[in-house]
Amino acid sequence: MTTHTLRAKRTRGALRTAAFMSPWLIGFSVFFAYPLISTVYFSFMKYDGFGAPVFNGLDNWTYVFTDYPNFWPAMRNTLWLVVVMVICRVAFGLGIGLLITKIKSGTGVFRTLFYLPYLAPPVAATLGFVFLLNPGTGPVNEILGSLGLPTPDWFTDPATSKPALTILAVWGIGDLMVIFMAALLDVPKEQYEAAELDGASSWQRFRFVTLPNISPIVLFAVVTGVIQAMQYYTQPLVAGKVASGVIGNSGQPFEPGFPDKSTLTLPQLVYNLGFQRFDYGSAAVTALVLFVLAMAFTALLMRRRGGLLQAGD
Amino acid sequence: MSTTTLERPLRTETPTPARRTARRRATLHWIGVHSLGTAAALFFVLPFVFLLLTSLMSDRQALTSDLVPHTWEWGNYVKVFRTPGFLGWWRNSLMYAGLGTVLTVLSSVPVAYALAKFRFRGRNLSLLLVISMMMLPPQVVIIPMYLFWSKQLDLTGTLWPLIIPLAFGDAFSIFLLRQFLLTIPDEYLDAAKVDGCGDFRTLIRIVLPMARPGIAAIALFQFFALWNDYFGPQIYASENPAAWTLSYGLESFKGAHQTNWNLTMAATVLVMAPVILVFFFAQKAFVEGVTLTGVKG
Repeated sequence: MTTHTLRAKRTRGALRTAAFMSPWLIGFSVFFAYPLISTVYFSFMKYDGFGAPVFNGLDNWTYVFTDYPNFWPAMRNTLWLVVVMVICRVAFGLGIGLLITKIKSGTGVFRTLFYLPYLAPPVAATLGFVFLLNPGTGPVNEILGSLGLPTPDWFTDPATSKPALTILAVWGIGDLMVIFMAALLDVPKEQYEAAELDGASSWQRFRFVTLPNISPIVLFAVVTGVIQAMQYYTQPLVAGKVASGVIGNSGQPFEPGFPDKSTLTLPQLVYNLGFQRFDYGSAAVTALVLFVLAMAFTALLMRRRGGLLQAGD
Repeated sequence: MSTTTLERPLRTETPTPARRTARRRATLHWIGVHSLGTAAALFFVLPFVFLLLTSLMSDRQALTSDLVPHTWEWGNYVKVFRTPGFLGWWRNSLMYAGLGTVLTVLSSVPVAYALAKFRFRGRNLSLLLVISMMMLPPQVVIIPMYLFWSKQLDLTGTLWPLIIPLAFGDAFSIFLLRQFLLTIPDEYLDAAKVDGCGDFRTLIRIVLPMARPGIAAIALFQFFALWNDYFGPQIYASENPAAWTLSYGLESFKGAHQTNWNLTMAATVLVMAPVILVFFFAQKAFVEGVTLTGVKG
């Protein structure tokens, strides 16, 4: 009798779990597992959206890696963004986080002002920056010029388009500021007091007390920054479109990457191949490259932060 | 150790010159920190100021490099609203972000609850998959998804391919809410069980009221994410301007008003405004949510 009730209880438990999990179980199968498998399938097919997909072996793969002119520029740009943009964002975010913990008057106002740009919708912020940084009449070059400083062409020059995007990314630092601020306030006060008694300078206190305490958060910021850099899509695409002047109706063709492929990123390749060139097979190849890279860094993130999974027990 | 305890009382009684230099140093520190803070604040705020100022310039002046409007053209905002399609984009954005957020919360709450509080086989695997989905760029699965919505269901040209999936849980919301629910002590749930509450009633009566800040955070994040979404509407709605959202329509507004930076900036301000207004009303929940993503493990 006891085994009977036990089994009934267990079945009820499983049913309960299945019921609560059901929205996600469906979502996972239909919107993740199935399309992922299907993407692998399409990467071996020749398909333009009409007729039936035809198997063409590794043709799409060799095309993307050897002949598709946008692939390597996009990879190089992504690497540039991973190195420069991520470092700038983390360093600046940490600096602003430190600053806000030191500010004693009007902290709330400063915090809100520092945070606000993070909320600006990407398309609106990008459009705004293309205006602010426009070479002819933009306010930034106006100010730089009046100070006798060089006035770069920003979004219209391949040499400065990525730095301009980096300024835009650094402007929206609010998320990192909040995370660093919370981490900095968690550093035990006694450690600072002890360091002070030992006569440590403020740099030494930062180097030997602050940094070791917040290093897990810095690592978290770097890895999520890398993942974001690989997903970087809206800002470079809109910046290129608006700066080139070729925007507007869906019918108008726009080859992404303006100027001179300098703002191409990996996710834009999926759009370019799939929805502009109607080469779904090659688009699937770039999608899988993106998938492998994103998952590799996610694995790194989770290995370093095992707590993410175990905290439940 | 003993020397420091000896020194300390002595130090507080040191004569005025030493104390004065200490105070002067503190004042200098205060000035240094606050000037740096003001400089940073200018960097963050000036772009908004320039956008606002430009949005109020006359057509002619917007083409010059002057920074302050000669005449304040508030009518620019009226012109933007009168632009064909603009009001429709507003409606579409509100529907996409509003309905999408409601569906996200409804479908994600039970999943997050099960992942946080139930013990079952495959729970860690499920969580691992949720995190993987969260980190996945939407472009990875877009080819089959687009073919699915266009060929099987013929729903492209509408926002439904973006809204319907939200009824089946959103990975980021599930993860964030699960992190929040972990902080609710099991004793409350056990007490409810002893009182004869079923799982569903426990969720509604006990867990939801305690999880209100967490739910507010995921609702805000999702509303903003959907309001800002560009890729989704670009893929599914681009063929039909009547289904565009503000975030997608904005750049074509620029295209239609090629030289009128003033009108484009007015439209830009109108896209930013709702998000910033919502933030001011819900600042606390939002900042709490950001902290939750990074710090609490």
